[in-house]
Amino acid sequence: MFKKSLIPTLVVAGAASLGHAQAADLTISCGAVGAELQLCQQGVQAWEEKTGHSVDVVSTPNSSTERLSLYQQILSANSTDIDVMQIDVVWPGLLANHLLDLREVLGDDAGAGHFPAIVENNTIDDRLVAIPWFTDAGVLYYRADLLEQYGHEVPETWEELTEIAREIQDAEREAGNDRMHGFVFQGRAYEGLTCNALEWVASHGGGTIVDSEGEITIDNPQAAAALDRAASWIGEIAPDGVLNYTEEEARGVFQGGNAVFMRNWPYAWALAQSEGSEVRGKVGVTQLPYSGESSSAATLGGWNLAVSRYSENAELAAELVAFLTSEDEQKRRAIEGAYNPTLESLYQDDEVLEAVPFFGELYETFVNAVARPSAPTGDAYGRVSNAFFSATHDVLSGNRSGEQAVSDLDRELARIKRRNW
Amino acid sequence: MSTPVTESAPIPARPLPAHYRSTKVRRQRVRAAWYFLTPMLVTLSMVAGWPLLRTLYFSFTDASLSDMGDPLFIGLENYLVYDNGRWFGVLADPTWWQAVWNTAYFSVVSVSLEVVFGVIVALILNAEFKGRTLVRAAVLIPWAIPTIVSAQMWAWMLNDQFGIINHLLMTFGIIASPIAWTADASYSMWAVIMVDVWKTTPFVALLVLAALQMLPKDCYEAAEVDGIHPVRVFFKVTLPLITPALMVAVIFRLLDALRVFDVIYVLTSNSTSTMSMSVYARQQLVEFQDVGYGSAASTLLFLIIALATVAYLYLGRKQLQLGGE
Repeated sequence: MFKKSLIPTLVVAGAASLGHAQAADLTISCGAVGAELQLCQQGVQAWEEKTGHSVDVVSTPNSSTERLSLYQQILSANSTDIDVMQIDVVWPGLLANHLLDLREVLGDDAGAGHFPAIVENNTIDDRLVAIPWFTDAGVLYYRADLLEQYGHEVPETWEELTEIAREIQDAEREAGNDRMHGFVFQGRAYEGLTCNALEWVASHGGGTIVDSEGEITIDNPQAAAALDRAASWIGEIAPDGVLNYTEEEARGVFQGGNAVFMRNWPYAWALAQSEGSEVRGKVGVTQLPYSGESSSAATLGGWNLAVSRYSENAELAAELVAFLTSEDEQKRRAIEGAYNPTLESLYQDDEVLEAVPFFGELYETFVNAVARPSAPTGDAYGRVSNAFFSATHDVLSGNRSGEQAVSDLDRELARIKRRNW
Repeated sequence: MSTPVTESAPIPARPLPAHYRSTKVRRQRVRAAWYFLTPMLVTLSMVAGWPLLRTLYFSFTDASLSDMGDPLFIGLENYLVYDNGRWFGVLADPTWWQAVWNTAYFSVVSVSLEVVFGVIVALILNAEFKGRTLVRAAVLIPWAIPTIVSAQMWAWMLNDQFGIINHLLMTFGIIASPIAWTADASYSMWAVIMVDVWKTTPFVALLVLAALQMLPKDCYEAAEVDGIHPVRVFFKVTLPLITPALMVAVIFRLLDALRVFDVIYVLTSNSTSTMSMSVYARQQLVEFQDVGYGSAASTLLFLIIALATVAYLYLGRKQLQLGGE
């Protein structure tokens, strides 16, 4: 049962017990998407130099679904292997029992200055279980040079995006770039597809799967139409392989100069504009399109730092968290990696805005991002998300119509709701 | 899990030797046997019995991974419950039945293919030719590599963007555009079966080869003298003689295939088109933290495998009686 997933844990344990002489005081697990791991290591190093403590950095699977499984096994075994964890914005409710109340250690002003919505999201039963590290919202990347060349404005609606993507893709293929695609996004059956599909549904006026009262709202014609529209892209303006893409695969295609549009998180900006990128200086970022009477919707993402309750150095771990989430560190990460700060003040910082212009232009998008229904569904969120992305993946694969999928989903969610929320 | 191997012929009743008749000695022997068995029984009950009972207990509760403290007893609700005009529970979950069907399909198809290929490979290895020992060792390599490693290897080879399989097929002009072997629902089950067959055919071949080495030479000499076609010899002489060994191979492989997890999880993760019963149970337990529900699924998986074993033993015995008459 646990054979596979214990391997990383054992590696961690092995690394942590390499003799007491060079034993680290703390272990932190960071993500490794894009430049995440490098930035995390630099931040940790700065803290080591400042305090004289040593920290082991452990990288975890890129898929957030896999990462959650790993953390749950480590935590439910009350393991002391990992002290500080990078947790997704939808996890605080799932993991709260295993996490430390950071206000107890860092004082009542822990979390001050961060976006109140995220602090509230991380506060479970009056306990602040995680401090915001960076926030995220889905944005639309486009090739400014191609839009100009073919005389198009930046699309505002999904209809416009589909048209422009098709036209430029076909023209580029005519011109000899066989591998050109109109639009890439995250279509693999995992948490990322939930984020993408929630944006499609919400921007068509189809709600957010489950509303804040816990009522299931997915079974409506707008939601069905949104899924059908996405399915019509596959094989037309999006490659078939998109059904297996996560963030990094999509970025690979776009950054290689083979896509006109891409839906992704802000982190891809710094990498697309880096030395050696095929599309350096040709990329624009705007809010995601909408359809009809609705308005644009961006799924709220983002990651926080939490301390395990079973940590043997809880106070030290909390200090490391405070350092990594501090203004200086968030500013550095924003400039070097385009990771959105969670501190209001940094959105008026000139150096940050110079490095990532769209932090200013899309400020509204970031503060009004749509939350996934993790709060109303609580413990059951994993199931809800799984049901939603599986059904969406089915529609994208052409096995079911949008209408059929949302009515099946309604039944499935009712089954889950009966037991869990 | 060892399964008693059925004898290929009934043992004729012999009169017991003299010392057996003395009850005292017999009692002593029985006691000695128990002494030898005890350590094994204690160990088994600790490493197999205890977890099994715990799983059974959890399957009647609403235990959750986020809080393992005293769970509530909810009876059969994890299995099946009727509520508000609808059925709920593992047995009412279409995904579970899909997983059962996938597992059955995977087991039957992969084990059948492995038996056919295993016999062919064994016949080749049984022939006299130069470098036979080298080939025998080479054939065992897929079986020697841990499944998790070989599955990941295949996952990369089957990748739609950079996999060598697509590259070769496109080079030879067999396919026009890359195929997403593990992502596309119409191919993924076959991809999984193919990797499993590649890995476990050597195991079947090895067992069959051992049986082939024991066969009496005189039957074949007689057949050759009578000028009987080799194919006919194979079906009339060889196959019946190696059937007991084949049956052992089949039951081992079948029990393995029914609880398959690693090869499927590595190649296709939680995709419902290939999800096996074990993958389903893990997803409920770990990803959805529903220890109660996941334990119910694990218990059902255990029951299904137990039933398969009992059915096999029963049929084996029946066959023996028929054969013995």
